[in-house]
Amino acid sequence: METKNIMIVGVGGQGTLLASKILGHVLLSQNFDVKVSEVHGMSQRGGSVVTYVRYGEKVYSPVIDKGEADAIVAFEKLEAARWISYLKKGGQIIVNTQEVEPMPVITGAAEYPQELVSKMEAAGANVDAKDFLAIAEEAGSAKAVNIALMGRLSKYFPEIPEAAWEEAIDVIVAEKFRALNHKAFEFGRNA
Amino acid sequence: MKELMLGNKALARGLYEAGCKVISSYPGTPSTEITEEAALYDEIYCEWAPNEKVAMEVAHGASLGGVRSATAMKHVGLNVAADPLFTISYQGLNAGLVVCVADDPGMHSSQNEQDSRHYAEAAKVPMLEPADSEEARVFAKRAYELSEKFNTPVFLKMCTRVAHSQSVVNTEERIVPEQVPYKKDPTKVMMTKNSRDAHVRVEQRTKDLIAFAEDCDLNRVEMGDTSIGFITSSTSYQYAKEVYGDNASYLKLGMIWPLPEKLILDFAEHVDKVVVLEELDPFIENHCRKLGLEVVGKETFPICGEFSQNLVRTALGGDAPDELAIADEIPGRPPVMCAGCPHRGIFYILSKLKCMVYGDIGCYTLGAVAPLNAMDLNVCMGASCSGLHGFNKAMGEQGEKMSVGVIGDSTFIHSGITGITDIAYNMSNSTVIILDNSITGMTGHQQNPTTGKNLRGEPAGKVNLEALCAALGFNRVTVVDPYDLAEVERVVKEELVAEEPSIIISRRPCVMIKGTVHKPPIKVNTDKCVGCKMCMKIGCPAISVRDKKAVIDTTLCIGCEVCTQMCKFGALCPAAKEGR
Repeated sequence: METKNIMIVGVGGQGTLLASKILGHVLLSQNFDVKVSEVHGMSQRGGSVVTYVRYGEKVYSPVIDKGEADAIVAFEKLEAARWISYLKKGGQIIVNTQEVEPMPVITGAAEYPQELVSKMEAAGANVDAKDFLAIAEEAGSAKAVNIALMGRLSKYFPEIPEAAWEEAIDVIVAEKFRALNHKAFEFGRNA
Repeated sequence: MKELMLGNKALARGLYEAGCKVISSYPGTPSTEITEEAALYDEIYCEWAPNEKVAMEVAHGASLGGVRSATAMKHVGLNVAADPLFTISYQGLNAGLVVCVADDPGMHSSQNEQDSRHYAEAAKVPMLEPADSEEARVFAKRAYELSEKFNTPVFLKMCTRVAHSQSVVNTEERIVPEQVPYKKDPTKVMMTKNSRDAHVRVEQRTKDLIAFAEDCDLNRVEMGDTSIGFITSSTSYQYAKEVYGDNASYLKLGMIWPLPEKLILDFAEHVDKVVVLEELDPFIENHCRKLGLEVVGKETFPICGEFSQNLVRTALGGDAPDELAIADEIPGRPPVMCAGCPHRGIFYILSKLKCMVYGDIGCYTLGAVAPLNAMDLNVCMGASCSGLHGFNKAMGEQGEKMSVGVIGDSTFIHSGITGITDIAYNMSNSTVIILDNSITGMTGHQQNPTTGKNLRGEPAGKVNLEALCAALGFNRVTVVDPYDLAEVERVVKEELVAEEPSIIISRRPCVMIKGTVHKPPIKVNTDKCVGCKMCMKIGCPAISVRDKKAVIDTTLCIGCEVCTQMCKFGALCPAAKEGR
């Protein structure tokens, strides 16, 4: 099989690293070769962050390039737009419609662009945009937004059994948050 | 067991499996997790040293004591550790010593993009370079074998994309070699004849290592289509494989110093065109040219920045895939100081007083970005102290009355102490502000000698900064709370005009440390808010102004109350005092 590419993008501190950990665990359990590439350090201080997840028979490059992503999970709307050039034509992008203003917008040096969802659709992306923050809150905590988004992503990979995702949550999430995260996963998947 | 592992974690696993017993390091992205992950094994003694030079010496000392040891650092840390390294290369070891160094092409979290491979050549120390996590684990073990066989430290070179990528690893059991007894050996004293003899031995060692490199399995030939042949290593190998697969041949180098001469020439003879693919400097390329080979190299691929599959594809004449595009300009999202960061108050005052601020290395480098714009420059660990002293020697009183150095607690211990010693000894009336946030912040919250805890979080020795500065000769040492803007302004003004050297210790723990008390978010009294945006001047990510009223993001605000001191209209109130 050809190597598949999934990107997780967001704002430093939004929990993207835990999401990529779960995704990596799921893919490894399906006996794929897997590479997960992230950047630590300075960008975690509220900067734009990206994680590349690649899987297949044999994965070489640890990164995903422009025009290569089969799917992007965006934890924030502006970040979805920032990374849209990485999506393949006809690729799927899942967008949490939450807006987190970057410093240039807060200080008035720039404006937060409008109508981003329809613009991404017009550019040729399949956009699945929802308020996943509200969905996570409904499941019990805003902090579970990362798992709600993984739930949504699971919908687009029917070849991977739901049980593999559930198992990954059991292994990776601390016990006291497990029930909440399972719920957030379900809510995200079925939203 | 098959496991998905970060490159740094896999490297730590390799050190563990090789029976490593002592690791001493200084944190630095992207190398930090090597030591943190190794510390999770009870069998390995791990510590944070004050700096990389100390760490290198500690690791070498452990080798002399007869156990396998290691040290890990980022590329710029190797500059600090270079002094002992060059002589350890001469002197040799008693048990294996592995020096892990992580480069940062693309400078994701670094101040320069230097290529550590030059150190291998300069210090005449062999260097292995893994291309993924499994190789990181295996090469760590091979590095010890090589180290002991050739009586030399061995570099294990990582880069950001190997260090911070997870890939599949097969773990093995730990095997601990027997401790080597220590014997006094008069030739180990590095002076006169001993050093001259050692240099001759080192030159012979390099020749032996070249012979070893010719047919060791660390270097691998993969023959495919012979119209193009890549000589490459690390992630560059992965990018070439990604693009060309079997439609090219590869000499994949796992040992990148010293380089195998015959193997390179032999490979070149079997392909029509040789392409040297390597990030940063033309290191392998220059070596190939010295061997008389005609190769495609840096005239085709950039020296600056990271590579990727598209970069390789397009540089060699291929087409990049189509991209989706939207017309809007997407505003940047640079990293910012966290809401409640104790550095914010200091930088606001320094900005307000229009000080020349000599910065340093750490989270507080973010004091340079808008709207604070409070940092003039930075160079390397500790330069804020010594560089400031030089500036003031040139500028005299004019400089002394408007300039400060700012340095974090961990950076101060690393390389600031010698700089302020120069200030006190050679008497410039300089003012240095130690930003003591009780942690090494930027690299992800490591303990250091000022925190009273060791790497594992256990109680440890603690440097008393006030007493240390006093002992170095500073009569003026003042501690301030950076949340108290008026007090910070008063103290900074006072110390700038003081006719002797001064230290200001700005003391407040990092808000991201577990256990730091957060207060309820600040409330906005919209009747009092006039939308003047004074509160925006501190650059707090929790504050914005919408419809001419300040808005507090309650998920970010930790109630530090710095913004309340900015508001002349009493519109920003601590939650507890609301309605008073």
